Amino acid sequence: MSEQTDTSWQPSASDFAPKPKHQTADVITRPAMSYWQDAWRRLKENKRALFSLYLIFGLITFTLAGPHLWTIDPSAQDLDQIGMAPGADRNVTIAPAYQPWYGPTSDVIYADDNPLGLVLVGDATSQAVRLAWQETGLGAGQTNYGYKIYRTLFALNVGDAFGLPLMETQNHYFEDRLDLQPTDYYYTVVALDKQGVETDQSTTIQISVKRVITMLEAQKRGLTQNKTVAEGDQIKLALHPFGTDYLGRDMLARLIYGGQVSLFIGIFAPLLYVLLGVIYGSIAGFLGGAVDQLMMRFADFAVALPFLLFMILLKVIFGIGPGESGVLPMLVAMVILLWPAPARLVRGQILQIREEGYINASKLLGASTNYLVLRHMIPNTMGVILVTITFQVPSAIFTEAFLSFIGMGVAPPTPSWGSMCNDGIKSMLTRPHELFFPALFISITVLAFNLLGDGLRDALDARMRNRE
Amino acid sequence: MLRYTLKRLVLGVLTVWFIATATFFGMHAVPGDPLSNDKSTTAQIRANLEAKYGLDKPLITQYAIYLKNISQGDFGISFTQENRQVNDIIKEHFPISAILGILAIVFAALGGILWGALTALYRNRWPDSVIMFLVILGISVPSFVVAAISQMFLVNINAFAGTTILPVGGWGTVWHMIVPAMVLGLSTMAYLTRLMRSSMLEIVNTDYIRTAQSKGLPKTRIFSRHQLRNAILPVVTVLGPAIAGITTGGFVVEIVFAIPGLGRYFVEAIQQLDYTVIMGTTVFYGAFLVFMVILVDLLYGWIDPRVRINP
Amino acid sequence: MSSKSPQKSATSANSLSRQLGLYFFIAIVLVAGLLFALNQLAGLMGTATQEAQAVDFANNSISAVLREEPPQLDSSKATDSTSGLVLGHIMEGLLRMDLQDRLSPAIAERWEVSPTHATFWLRKDAKWSDGKPITAADFIFAWQLALKPETGSEYASLLYPIENAEAINRGELPASALGVNAPDPHTLVVALSRPIAFFDKMVVFPTFLPVREDFYNATQGRFGADAKDLLYSGPYVIKSWVHGASMLLERNPHYWDNNRGKLAQINFAYITSDATATLNFFKDERIALARLQAENLTEALRLKWPIRRFADGTVFYLEFNHREGRLSRNLNFRKAIQHVLDMEELVYKVTKLPGYLPGKSLFPDWLIGVEKTLREEYPASTVNVNSTKAKAYLALAQEELGLAEFPEITLLTSDNPVSNIQSEWLQEVLKQTLGLTIKIDKQIFKQRLAKMGAGEFGLLLGGWGPDYNDPLTYGDLFASWNLNNRGRYSSAKMDALINTAQNATATPDRMQAFGAIQQQIFDDVVILPMYERGVTYVVHPQLKGVKRRVIGAETDYTYAYIDPDA
Repeated sequence: MSEQTDTSWQPSASDFAPKPKHQTADVITRPAMSYWQDAWRRLKENKRALFSLYLIFGLITFTLAGPHLWTIDPSAQDLDQIGMAPGADRNVTIAPAYQPWYGPTSDVIYADDNPLGLVLVGDATSQAVRLAWQETGLGAGQTNYGYKIYRTLFALNVGDAFGLPLMETQNHYFEDRLDLQPTDYYYTVVALDKQGVETDQSTTIQISVKRVITMLEAQKRGLTQNKTVAEGDQIKLALHPFGTDYLGRDMLARLIYGGQVSLFIGIFAPLLYVLLGVIYGSIAGFLGGAVDQLMMRFADFAVALPFLLFMILLKVIFGIGPGESGVLPMLVAMVILLWPAPARLVRGQILQIREEGYINASKLLGASTNYLVLRHMIPNTMGVILVTITFQVPSAIFTEAFLSFIGMGVAPPTPSWGSMCNDGIKSMLTRPHELFFPALFISITVLAFNLLGDGLRDALDARMRNRE
Repeated sequence: MLRYTLKRLVLGVLTVWFIATATFFGMHAVPGDPLSNDKSTTAQIRANLEAKYGLDKPLITQYAIYLKNISQGDFGISFTQENRQVNDIIKEHFPISAILGILAIVFAALGGILWGALTALYRNRWPDSVIMFLVILGISVPSFVVAAISQMFLVNINAFAGTTILPVGGWGTVWHMIVPAMVLGLSTMAYLTRLMRSSMLEIVNTDYIRTAQSKGLPKTRIFSRHQLRNAILPVVTVLGPAIAGITTGGFVVEIVFAIPGLGRYFVEAIQQLDYTVIMGTTVFYGAFLVFMVILVDLLYGWIDPRVRINP
Repeated sequence: MSSKSPQKSATSANSLSRQLGLYFFIAIVLVAGLLFALNQLAGLMGTATQEAQAVDFANNSISAVLREEPPQLDSSKATDSTSGLVLGHIMEGLLRMDLQDRLSPAIAERWEVSPTHATFWLRKDAKWSDGKPITAADFIFAWQLALKPETGSEYASLLYPIENAEAINRGELPASALGVNAPDPHTLVVALSRPIAFFDKMVVFPTFLPVREDFYNATQGRFGADAKDLLYSGPYVIKSWVHGASMLLERNPHYWDNNRGKLAQINFAYITSDATATLNFFKDERIALARLQAENLTEALRLKWPIRRFADGTVFYLEFNHREGRLSRNLNFRKAIQHVLDMEELVYKVTKLPGYLPGKSLFPDWLIGVEKTLREEYPASTVNVNSTKAKAYLALAQEELGLAEFPEITLLTSDNPVSNIQSEWLQEVLKQTLGLTIKIDKQIFKQRLAKMGAGEFGLLLGGWGPDYNDPLTYGDLFASWNLNNRGRYSSAKMDALINTAQNATATPDRMQAFGAIQQQIFDDVVILPMYERGVTYVVHPQLKGVKRRVIGAETDYTYAYIDPDA
């Protein structure tokens, strides 16, 4: 108050004189900051939340811009590359078209190093593997009553099971066309006795299968790249950076389109039902009284419906029409079942705010209802609503995945991350990439929304705002 | 208090009626009917079946009969298992889902409190990071993926040990329950860990902890008497809704681990459009949830005077 | 006192965590107690899975898995394959199929079928599981029961060849009017309403199994609902049945045939249709037999499991909607599709399971004709895939239909993964080669049936499994009056052929009719056969003699035994 530092202070009359009027009081200011500016500033300080936000933008960009950058049709089937892991060998040789085979010609030379003379006829290609053998090595008067052909991927030791039974035949030849991959196979031919029981006479040979494609196919799929190629030339099959699924469809394309479905449901469903809840809740909260009671009783009814049970039930009731993806019914079902919780939340908030001093003050100052709603009610509940939406996104994504798991998700051929996970689980042991990628995308998304939700909650929390 | 309880109970009954009605009309709005089968039957046989199940009557009459029956606690006979009562089905399969759910909740609560407390104790040190990483993993992977992978691990562990350490599925003994319950409780546990952690950290800064510290109480005493106890409170309050979610959400583990719970039954019933089983299950679960909520609310009022209900 | 050194605060976290550890220990003890209590509770409720070894030589028992809870063990009402599997072990009827799939005597020692009557002479040593003899009256009661309108048996129509059966089922005649009588307790004479050459093959079906009247009445409407509500005539009885969880079968001491029921116990220890879970149970040596999916084959090969396969008798085909106003009513349109679908590609590249046969005919490979198989006697016609021809047919169809452009076509399919793959393949092939837009309409079971019945489809993935061992079980499918003819194909020629097949009594005449039906289906492209389903499975090496059947119990353990040396 006084700047005198003199220790030998003596009061004088002037000390008791009133202060001059219009003297400005000390002003402590900081830059005026709106609620949202402040929230944004806090969010920016939270590295994890900010990173999550960027990640979410990245994922949305991935799914929206992806189709323009990676123009592969997600439902196009590359039956030559089924269940290929990323980075698998793509070399393929051009071969003539498949011709049916009715057994070996007379000039076939049977092998002499095994009892059946089992021999590979022609080239072993992914079109077909052709085997021929003859009835040798039998004692006088013996005949074989048929043969059984097995195939396996692993070298056989004595006593091992022969692998996959492919065929039982009376013929002395066999053509294998079942799912041939460019790898080594071990074929076993076992002679059968009169009762059709396997005898101990068997022969195993190892065969390396070469991947081939017909000229027509190669041109149709644009693999020749307008170069002139001839039969026997080696070209490369289409590139699938994330591998392919069980039907040879491009995983990357499916992840992009699947992301559209999963993120659409994940983001729009909570947006819609929270919005519905907000409208419902604020009407109830604002009107109060008997209307409020009635509306909230109804919300109580709706909230009591067991969620997953009714989710399944509603999915069945709505059904999925022919050619539809089934995204919309899922969305509607979620909105029908999940609006009451945000409605209750918002109503509670409104009731609380209505009692706040500043509302009464505004009212006394003659603020209109519109002003109260727009200036006070909505901004003050907005934070809670935003946080709720963010936290609801993961559960919506999980719900979609769950429905896919029990076979009530989106309809094929529409992909979604959930349905891709469910497909991938079946081949988890042999082709892990089919599970890994969709699961990874779900995890990243869920994680990002959770962390963003945390950040938003911290940033928007009014209590925290006052606690500098 | 009595008046309040009565009021809640009446509302509860009304809610169950609402669920029953919603299910009944929803169910009958589904295209298809429970009597059709892969191989068509003659019109005569169909008529016989309709008469047997009362499906030949007008819908509103069926509704009246249905309401009358459920008010007497009779859910009728199943369409797929024609000689079984839906009541028997619920009686046999619900306890399994419930046991699994209870165990899952116990795992979730204990694990959540323990990990939460640990992370708070070792804040920003490696145990914190490791646990939080696992927690994040726990909430960000779909439950059916977790279930399938954990089953695969079980098989490999058993194969490695050369004997069955834990069964890979089925139901019956405690050993069958452990892994499914953990999988079922995983996301709740992750959620509770986060809750516990933040609640612990908040409490460290409260006045009464500071008071206790300045009084010179030993650290362990402060920790157990004040910090842990008060930090657990918010965890306990979210357990109520979690129980509801877990007991009805056992579908995934029941399917993956071949557990004969009610959830798996419901999924099958939906595909078979087994009217009586579907309605029985939803009404039963609905009623179970409604009255659980009422019970929990009343208990809270009894335990914590602050939330005593004003009539 | 309150002074804190830095070291102390570092160690205090440790002491705190030690205390937390103590709490945790107490918690674990509590959980263990809880687990114990829950265990007791679960035990009390009888929900325990009978955990056992896959193959247990000492106790002569095996464990297996059931794909679903058997919905109906009341033989008069059973329709599904799982119930059929269980009934095949616990019940025996007049006749049965032997290990070589030949019709052989069971409770009936011998039998005779004439155009007007079928007579069965019952063996005197056949007994129910309570020791009382099985008599002709038990069959009469069972058949009357299935026909009573209030029973609501879906397969009652199988009994219609018996005199008055249809009228009883309509409620026009009392059940006692059924044309069956027993001159003595061990002779059963059936009056036939029309000549039916294969009546003896039909009595193998579960609907014809015996039911004893006094026992049935004593169950008070719960017949077949639980182990105690069943009376057994087969080699096994149900020892315990925990619904949805497990079912334990034990040898029936009163069963007459010592050649069956070699295993003392068959323990269906799990009930699940989940392929991964089933595979894991097998890996863990909990079950002795498991089905394999295409995705699991590599794993099975790696572990060098003994893999088997068998064709389960079911034929799958693409059905066209032949109703008025439908695109697929046009023959050239159907021919176009016939010329682009390569069923070998479907089987070899898409379903990828050994045992699946590319479809060539409505009649599967295994059906017996006059002497050899029907398909050997009447080989099916096939076309080679030819997209040029196909496009020509399509152009013709377009002209005939007067269409500027083909509308979208709906393909109705079920929601199982195999149909998903197939419908996605079909969609893609038809789009690539013919430029047709296919909309997949994936529906869950009952909804699909509703749409099938109402004809709300353009194309349909359909299938048919046999009810009895005669080509007619497939042959009459596309009669204009058959409700399972979902596309409502109707042709006088087909109907006439089916009439011949149904009513002729000489086998060569009937087989000729079936050959002609097969040709008519090909010429008129009534349907497109896609494949015959195969099952690939693994069996425990010590378990021998498991019979897989096309009709009756799909997996038959009644002849199985354990070979400890394998």
